[in-house]
Amino acid sequence: MRHYSAFAVAREALRHHTGWERAWRSPEPKRRYDVIIVGAGGHGLATAYYLGKNYGIQNVAVIEKGWLGGGNTGRNTTIIRSNYLQDPSAAIYEKSRSLYEHLSQDLNYNLMFSPRGVMMLAQTQNEVRGYKRTAHANALQGVTTEWISPQRVKELVPIINLDGPRYPVLGALWQARAGTARHDALAWGYARACSAMGMDIIQQCEVTGVRSDNGHVKGVETTRGPIDCDKLGIVVAGHSGVLAEMAGFRLPIESVALQALVSEPIKPCMDVVVMANTVHGYMSQSDKGEMVIGGGADGYNNYTQRGSFHHVEETVRALVETFPMISRLKMLRQWGGIVDMTGDRSPILSKTPLGGCFINCGWGTGGFKAIPGSGWGMAQLMATGHSPLTEAFTLDRFAEGRFIDESVAAGVAH
Amino acid sequence: MLILRCPYCGNDVDETDLAPGGEAHIRRHGPGSTDAELTDYLFQRENPRGVHFERWRHAAGCGKWFHAARATDTLQVFGTYSAQTTEPPQEIRDAITKARPGWSWREFS
Ligand SMILES: Cc1cc2nc3c(=O)[nH]c(=O)nc-3n(C[C@H](O)[C@H](O)[C@H](O)COP(=O)(O)OP(=O)(O)OC[C@H]3O[C@@H](n4cnc5c(N)ncnc54)[C@H](O)[C@@H]3O)c2cc1C
Ligand SMILES: [Zn+2]
Repeated sequence: MRHYSAFAVAREALRHHTGWERAWRSPEPKRRYDVIIVGAGGHGLATAYYLGKNYGIQNVAVIEKGWLGGGNTGRNTTIIRSNYLQDPSAAIYEKSRSLYEHLSQDLNYNLMFSPRGVMMLAQTQNEVRGYKRTAHANALQGVTTEWISPQRVKELVPIINLDGPRYPVLGALWQARAGTARHDALAWGYARACSAMGMDIIQQCEVTGVRSDNGHVKGVETTRGPIDCDKLGIVVAGHSGVLAEMAGFRLPIESVALQALVSEPIKPCMDVVVMANTVHGYMSQSDKGEMVIGGGADGYNNYTQRGSFHHVEETVRALVETFPMISRLKMLRQWGGIVDMTGDRSPILSKTPLGGCFINCGWGTGGFKAIPGSGWGMAQLMATGHSPLTEAFTLDRFAEGRFIDESVAAGVAH
Repeated sequence: MLILRCPYCGNDVDETDLAPGGEAHIRRHGPGSTDAELTDYLFQRENPRGVHFERWRHAAGCGKWFHAARATDTLQVFGTYSAQTTEPPQEIRDAITKARPGWSWREFS
């Protein structure tokens, strides 16, 4: 792998950019790998990366039915924060956020990580109490957040309307070191680093079956033939139920559509991320100047990556009250992704009833922020059989009643 | 926009007037059942890419619960039927078979 640097840009400028090499190889699948990861989204690629980097396991294939990063990883609104309520969540999301801080250097790939600050507005008394509680919980967890007044909100976000008739701004939970990153770059950066370690990223190859023998995984069937493995990691977000069925177990997950949209680009007007959970909307401004807007998820099972229009309408209607200036903006594009929702709105990183088969799913509407931390923990789980980061997120927590209830704290897409 | 015919009032109802109610035909388990049965009943969900059976409520209309058979990969609606049944009626199954020969969902086919 050729190193990216300012020097490389200058060198290539002098020779008409003929020296850039492909960021990753596109190999033919081998007959067998030590580990197969299904799904080349952020979580699958990060799992592969840390298997190689932290545990020296490099005979790994990442199998992707479409193109890498083409699932939710390439469709999300890139909010990165770690101000969750429950301790296991704080641990994995904060690990993730702190990895993001140096990930561009680590991967030698510019992720455009922008710790611009994330603000979660409190617009009802209930939310005021909830976010104050979260701020206290975060203090105990060592996650730096603070409760800020409406005046401070206005200083940070001049375009906001504090005294909307229906949803006045009563304060906010503020995490200064939270922010955004370039979603595609995260997938591409991990893919390039995995490929450089000799791992095979096999795109346009759908896993159609899981082969097992005596309760232990043996390999997978794919549209490009069977491939053997010792260990299998299922990391397919919205398609987790489909893969689980192939592997012979059930999941407490339903797949629904979640949508986002962007406006025409305008001059810089808001340099933080604002989330308004009461009205199910959130907004940030991209480097291109577009206002990036996300809203709530649909309420019924769907695999089509097309959501219902009325959710877009509801989100925009609500945000217009809090940000009156966006009422004049034209919306340019709108799209959807299929998110995997669990009952307690927390992910599953776990062994499964099938020996040697692991699953990482249930990130639902909020897993982009978690990609580095989740990959870190998942790699540890797959390599050693145990990880302190993932131990609370097992599949059997539902049967045992050990929920990690984030549905109140994060009842909105994020 | 998803449009379902309410089997009670007979109206073609827009999604905005409906409330989704999740998986249909879930069998209740209570005292005396095994841990596995209770877990299945409370948490595990069918999540197929294809034929699916659901509960819906005509929330902004007659207010009644009913069942719908839908495809989650195309959003095709096969039909709706009454809530007073523990399994999809034969004409709904036939309609699905016509569009998707060989379909199955839980113990139904
Ligand atoms: C509109 C929207 C906005 C969001 N906003 C945010 C946000 O602001 N912040 C945040 O933290 N999170 C957000 N999320 C959630 C976040 O995008 C996801 O949690 C995260 O990207 C999931 O990553 P993943 O790698 O698990 O899944 P994906 O990126 O979906 O990757 C799974 C991959 O598996 C592949 N696959 C599926 N089936 C098979 C098969 N049979 N064989 C081979 N490959 C298969 C798919 O093609 C896909 O590429 C948002 C999501 C959406 C849809
Ligand atoms: Zn009706």
